[in-house]
Amino acid sequence: MELYKKSAAELSDMLRKKECSAVEIAQSVFSRIEEVENKVDSYLTLCKNEALEKAKLVDKAFADGKELHPLAGIPIGIKDNISTKGIKTTCASKMLENYVPPFNATVVEKINSADMVITGKLNMDEFAMGSSTENSYFKLTKNPHDLERVPGGSSGGSAAAVAAGEAIVSLGSDTGGSIRQPSAFCGVVGLKPTYGSVSRYGLVAFASSLDQIGPLGRTVKDVAMLQSLICGYDRMDATSKEIGSPDFAKELKSNLSGLKIGIPKEYFGDGIDSGVKQSVMNAIKEMEKAGAAVKEISLPSTSYALNSYYIISSAEASSNLARFDGVKYGYRTPEYENLIDMYEKTRSEGFGDEVKRRIMLGTFVLSSGYYDAYYKKAKLLQKKISGEFSAAFENVDIIATPTVPSTAFKIGENIGDPIKMYTADICTVTINIAGLPAISVPCGFENNLPVGMQLIGNKFEEQTLLNAAFGYEQLVGGFKCLPEIV
Amino acid sequence: MNDYEVVIGLEVHAELNTESKIYCDCKNAFGLEVNTQVCPVCMGMPGALPTLNEKVVEYAIKMGHALNCKINNVCKQDRKNYFYPDLPKAYQISQSDVPLCQNGYLDVMIDGKIKRIGITRIHIEEDAGKLLHDDAFAGSLVDLNRCGVPLIEIVSEPDMRSSAEAKAYLDTIKSILQYLDISDCKMQEGSIRCDVNVSVHKKGEPFGTRCEMKNVNSFSAAVRAIDYEAKRQIELLEAGGTVEQETRRWDDAKGISITMRSKEDAQDYRYFPEPDLLTIVVDESKVRELKESLPELPNAKIARYVNDFGLPQNDAALIVDVPEKAKLFDECIKVGGCSPKIISNWILGDISKYMNETGKSISETHLSAERLAKLFSVIEKGVISNAAGKIVFEAIISEDKDPMDVIKEKNLAQNSDADYLEKLARDVLAQNEKSVTDYKNGKTNALGFLVGQCMKASQGKANPGMMKEIVLKMLSE
Repeated sequence: MELYKKSAAELSDMLRKKECSAVEIAQSVFSRIEEVENKVDSYLTLCKNEALEKAKLVDKAFADGKELHPLAGIPIGIKDNISTKGIKTTCASKMLENYVPPFNATVVEKINSADMVITGKLNMDEFAMGSSTENSYFKLTKNPHDLERVPGGSSGGSAAAVAAGEAIVSLGSDTGGSIRQPSAFCGVVGLKPTYGSVSRYGLVAFASSLDQIGPLGRTVKDVAMLQSLICGYDRMDATSKEIGSPDFAKELKSNLSGLKIGIPKEYFGDGIDSGVKQSVMNAIKEMEKAGAAVKEISLPSTSYALNSYYIISSAEASSNLARFDGVKYGYRTPEYENLIDMYEKTRSEGFGDEVKRRIMLGTFVLSSGYYDAYYKKAKLLQKKISGEFSAAFENVDIIATPTVPSTAFKIGENIGDPIKMYTADICTVTINIAGLPAISVPCGFENNLPVGMQLIGNKFEEQTLLNAAFGYEQLVGGFKCLPEIV
Repeated sequence: MNDYEVVIGLEVHAELNTESKIYCDCKNAFGLEVNTQVCPVCMGMPGALPTLNEKVVEYAIKMGHALNCKINNVCKQDRKNYFYPDLPKAYQISQSDVPLCQNGYLDVMIDGKIKRIGITRIHIEEDAGKLLHDDAFAGSLVDLNRCGVPLIEIVSEPDMRSSAEAKAYLDTIKSILQYLDISDCKMQEGSIRCDVNVSVHKKGEPFGTRCEMKNVNSFSAAVRAIDYEAKRQIELLEAGGTVEQETRRWDDAKGISITMRSKEDAQDYRYFPEPDLLTIVVDESKVRELKESLPELPNAKIARYVNDFGLPQNDAALIVDVPEKAKLFDECIKVGGCSPKIISNWILGDISKYMNETGKSISETHLSAERLAKLFSVIEKGVISNAAGKIVFEAIISEDKDPMDVIKEKNLAQNSDADYLEKLARDVLAQNEKSVTDYKNGKTNALGFLVGQCMKASQGKANPGMMKEIVLKMLSE
């Protein structure tokens, strides 16, 4: 039985009906990894022994008649910027090549206490900066739909592993699209939750005011189950909010009748591939046929969002990444003459080009004399953009857009052109700037490559968002998430 | 040289004595084994996040009230970015443009006169770690125990005009911190540190260029640093030079300051709002509640001791200088039965002497206000002599006993029986004929000797006043 092809919800049922064991599930996933990992390269660290041990414990607990969490025994891969106690957490950087955290991220604590089975740590763009996973210091991850193409990024490993059957679900992080964009490129479902709904404690910070951990899976229900597990207030994260303990999966409703969908014209203009535009419009039409009310809306400040995003995120990154100085942990240059020399060499050698580019940009926009012109203005724009979304949500329940302007590009195609790479984030960054939840769902193929549709919800309206995505998933009879890997 | 006026502004950093650190649950304690009071948050591990200890905000607001500041009950925290090995995150969480408290003042007593010093601002921030240098190790080691210890930075206006004024300001700040019980104020442990800004100008002319001195680790060092810096600047100007704006490092051992960095090398800290923390919002009612909770502050206490109890200004100041002494004074007054003067005399005399000699505090002994007031009362009533009082005092320090029991046990009560005292005097005078003759021949100091002999014969119990009168009467017969 190819258990790795099943969804978390199906496996959860099967475990309870004794149709399979947690060890069998883990073995199925690890044999799939053995089969395709040399082609896909989504993992940086594999935890096979620990995973099988955990699976055994889960089976024993089931045998003892214990009640376990619905996700108990389900294999999950974790992006390598989420701290795992005793397991290397490299952020795909030379800087943290041998860094083993002494503590778990809050989400990892939750995953452990739900008895999920951690398969390993997933590849990413270095420190989550990038849109192709090509900025990993260690390896290139390939898109399971076309091995010559990128999986997207920065959570490229998280999306590729789920699409390749190397994990049932995974965790990624999203600062400007890093869950949704690779989900779109790899044809899986990825949720970027409302800022403050999932604890960031233990997530190695890129841009603190924008970062959010979120789930990826092959079905909306799986994503809903995982989001229910990881969300909630955490006293270790001052920016996390008290939202109770929602069970999104239990409350899923597929009825689209009466759902008001807003279509912002700014997201369907120039720069969006016509094929992508067509696929998304078709999906929206399907939803309209099923009873949703579609209306055009306007979010006029969208064109400024990208500038605002790169200023705020780089400013915060320049400060967040200052702690990697060779003093306490991580890489230290082998030879240096004095303290300043040690700092300079360590950081020059330990960080890759993209990270250094953002640190320089962020340092510049915060420097005395430039703060008002850049950072302060960007923060003002952030308020304006948030206000436009709030106004829009007075008239619509969700907003639908393409997730990415194009389908997955070829490895190496954009790496020499940072501006082009940044521009590809146009549809996703605005959502982080506004702190909203958004989900990317597959909505067809363009030249055999998946296209993603982004659904955006109002703050803390994850249920509305997941219901809409679930309704669409039911309309199309489920997503074809597992490509044949050739 | 005398035409010059010195202008001084001070930045005082005080560590707050909260149970835990400002942004994590680690214990806020001094002197423990290196790198034991640490966690991922204060060590700046990747992914760790700060959460604000609200006690720190309360403590800082108390200080703000004590220094008559406007409280910004809505304010933010900011990151101050710079690289140094004792700063694990490579930024210090502090406050930049909107401090928690601002625009206050402090009245300082200088030569019996009140001088008002402006307080620019008080903000909260975290302390950094400590670099350790060990001969056994080629390089430096870092102790992160102090990382995240809560600090308030109190910035004064440039309102002081001499090192003596600066010292008085610092002493008053320290005393207030002690009365609010928000800082241990242990200079030797570095719980109060200050940066000194000094400029000089000729009276009537605009302020001169200022220099900032760092590494000033005690109030007496501040006095030395100010005097040195003022002299240096005046000499420089007199020689036709100009003072450059710079940061200097005070070397107290050598008694000199040296340039650390010039204005051109000034660091750009790239302050921006700390995104990991929420805006601080303190309810107006809480701000008021904190104001109402303030204890009597040192200046008011001194005034009360002078006005209500007639203590000399100096004595009042000496008692108030040590909160424990003032507390004992107030408690003895409350118990009553004795005069403020005897309480003051004993506190500044034997009790201070005991505290100085042993380094112990009153709470470490069996002394209590009840027992002391009782002791003072029996001394004033003449039940025991002052000398016997000292014996009782010694006893009740170390033994958990009532002074009346000690008096009984040691049989220290004074004898005021006139017949007994007369018989005693007659015997002593008979045995000391020479002294009696001396006295009658005009050597009046023989009287003291004779009274002393009488006291000795009574084993110290004779009422000394009566004894003296009786001896005098017999000598004149």
